Amino acid sequence: MKKKMFLAYGSTFLLLLVSIWLGISVGTVDIPFSALWDQESNPRAYSILWNIRMPRVMLAGLVGASLAIAGAAFQGLLRNPLADPYTIGVSSGASVGAISTIFFGISLPMLGSYTLAMFGILGAFITLLVVITFARLVDKSMKMETLILTGVIFSSFLSSCISLLTALSHEELKAVVGWLLGSVAMRGWSYVYILVPFLILGSAILWFNRRELNVMMYGDERATSLGVNVVRRKYAVLIGGSVLTGAAVSVSGTIGFVGLVVPHITRMVWGTDHRHLLPLSFLNGATLLIVCDLVSRTIVAPQELPIGVVTAFIGAPVFAYIFFKQRRK
Amino acid sequence: MLKVEHISGGYHQTPIIHDVSFQVNQGEFLGILGPNGCGKSTLIKMISGILKPSSGTVAIDDVPIEKLSSRELAKKMTVLPQIQSNAFSTTVRETVEIGRYPHQSGFFSSWSEEDEKAVQKAMELTDVLKYADKNLEFLSGGERQRVFIAQALAQSSRLLILDEPTNHLDIAHQKQILDMIRREVTENGLTVVAVFHDINLASLYCDHLLLMEAGRVRAYGEPHEVIIDRQIMEVYDARISTQAHPEKPKPQMSILPDFDEQTKEKMVSLSNIQKGDDYIAFIADFPLKVLSSAVHNAGLGWYRAFINRTVPPEYDIENVKNEFLHYIVHHGFSPTNTVGMMTAVDTKKAVMKEYPASFGSLIVIVTAGVGNAIDVSHAYERKAFQPIGTINTWVVINGKLSDEAFVQGMMTATEAKSKALQSENVMDKLSNTIATGTPTDSLLIAATQQGEYMQYAGPLTEVGKMIGKGVYEATVEAIQIYKREMEQ
Repeated sequence: MKKKMFLAYGSTFLLLLVSIWLGISVGTVDIPFSALWDQESNPRAYSILWNIRMPRVMLAGLVGASLAIAGAAFQGLLRNPLADPYTIGVSSGASVGAISTIFFGISLPMLGSYTLAMFGILGAFITLLVVITFARLVDKSMKMETLILTGVIFSSFLSSCISLLTALSHEELKAVVGWLLGSVAMRGWSYVYILVPFLILGSAILWFNRRELNVMMYGDERATSLGVNVVRRKYAVLIGGSVLTGAAVSVSGTIGFVGLVVPHITRMVWGTDHRHLLPLSFLNGATLLIVCDLVSRTIVAPQELPIGVVTAFIGAPVFAYIFFKQRRK
Repeated sequence: MLKVEHISGGYHQTPIIHDVSFQVNQGEFLGILGPNGCGKSTLIKMISGILKPSSGTVAIDDVPIEKLSSRELAKKMTVLPQIQSNAFSTTVRETVEIGRYPHQSGFFSSWSEEDEKAVQKAMELTDVLKYADKNLEFLSGGERQRVFIAQALAQSSRLLILDEPTNHLDIAHQKQILDMIRREVTENGLTVVAVFHDINLASLYCDHLLLMEAGRVRAYGEPHEVIIDRQIMEVYDARISTQAHPEKPKPQMSILPDFDEQTKEKMVSLSNIQKGDDYIAFIADFPLKVLSSAVHNAGLGWYRAFINRTVPPEYDIENVKNEFLHYIVHHGFSPTNTVGMMTAVDTKKAVMKEYPASFGSLIVIVTAGVGNAIDVSHAYERKAFQPIGTINTWVVINGKLSDEAFVQGMMTATEAKSKALQSENVMDKLSNTIATGTPTDSLLIAATQQGEYMQYAGPLTEVGKMIGKGVYEATVEAIQIYKREMEQ
């Protein structure tokens, strides 16, 4: 058992390191490994690495990690393999907030270029409050069916708001659609700094509920009789996952598939125990999004594909392969 | 251990449970019974603290459960609801380890030796150790249920609450799980409260039963105090009948179906008799309820054919079971549908009589060999056992008899037989007194169970009068035939 987990973390870390190395070295300009520290001999390579490639790789990795760990937690919480970070509707709230800033051309003087991200986070936060309040009013025990249906109601309502804003935009259309498809390009370190505190907070909240997520898989009643305060734990996981999702969507748009598929792949390979599933999904999410971003900017260079397209392009066949192999065993 | 006092309540404003009280002591197994929708599951939720009663208290070891933290409560009481399927696959070991959750505390909550021991023991008790690393989804329903019970046992609380623990399981798995739980109760003092749908299983395994009806306690006590025909029929609104369990002093019930196979009344008569070279048989075209002391298929049951065969004096009595079975099959009778007797007398000489009666009619068939007749009051003086010489008596009644009527019928027939021996002056040669029978007499009472219902069959009832007269006359005649044979 211990050997298996050592293998799990070892191989997952290795994959992540390889993907980071590829992410910073491959591109229109090949960057040597030494550029990481050697500013003197090749200042241009050093500058590209630290100012363009590294923040991009970091952002891709952190967004992927956020979405994957949130997805793993939501799937466990809702006991539903179809759940993902977007099920609760918080991501749609973030999108509405972010797109509004493009559509209305809002730019607050204090926030400047952070306005979009901050509005996204605000939208996510308001949505989370409304969703939780509504679910609580419907059903005090917050059954998983209640949560899923509440999520469906608010997601579809907010999605239609997004569609409305998209349909009404003219010159902003490209910016709106581009944002909706998701991207981690040209954002620099500042977006990484925005994301990090939410990432730490959200991941910590989920980490403190890892064992409760294991127990709650056996149903609310069984979990209660095992001594879990089910309703409080549900709040915690909802808030933790939503903080991660809202922040990730706010900095990079709605990048699909990562939050759905990475937890599944991780679960199939390494098992359902959330004590390991959460951190392993976190790492695998980072790896997948770094690789996808690499593909999106190199495959038809100098043009860039939207990263949301690539995630499904790469993720779906990988998922299909692992699913097939699992079932045949 | 568990004390429930006057609890009432339900969901929202609708009360489901009304003033329920009971108490379960340590090392006791309580079964909760009741029809669908009577509030069993709601009661379980209230006991386990998932649903708060609007009034009344639930206490464990005299501490009200709301005074305990959820973790403390989880250490004292394990609740296993009806199992839902799991969306994600986990291994058996992982599933059982979940049971240790309340025992792990602190930031790192490391796995202790005690945790490991509890998990190991739970898996051994439920016999799931061999699947420890298998995924749950690859197990059968019965195996999976055992895994969840292992999880409950790993929780190591003294009180276990189960909601239909053997639902959807075949009888082997039902037995296995309930045997195991019962053993834990009896040997290790576990206290168990379980909801049952199957009244017979509940009666068999529980010390006390609580019968619920519309959210109230209808009956509470030992199984024999709860499983009473009238009571069960009223609560479940279904016709049933209770009998004794063959091994345990626990009542068992049978459903009485409400459909008629045929409206036409079926009768038997002397024409049902068939004679072979070495046997006489009575073959009805429908099963009769029979009480007999036969060689094959003795006791109470439903049978279509009765056979009385002649065996030679040197017949090997040691091997009678197998030999008789072989004989029945060889002569084209169904071994599960036939009652068999034997005698040294030639069955062609059997006396057959039919008596019309107010309730229908009565047929008596007797073979008698009284060479070894004894006086039962002097039997204790005898040492050697001589199996040859038997009076075999069949009484077949067109009528419907109660269980006590069957027993009374046997008494009446036996008294009539003894009287016949007396009239014919048959002597016990050793004591030189009037004989009362032979050491190996057999008697069979059969009834069509159609027509008039007869509660009693003592000597002064209509059917008793006919049994007395019929058996007396037929036995006298059979003894006279025997005597004539002997003189020749």
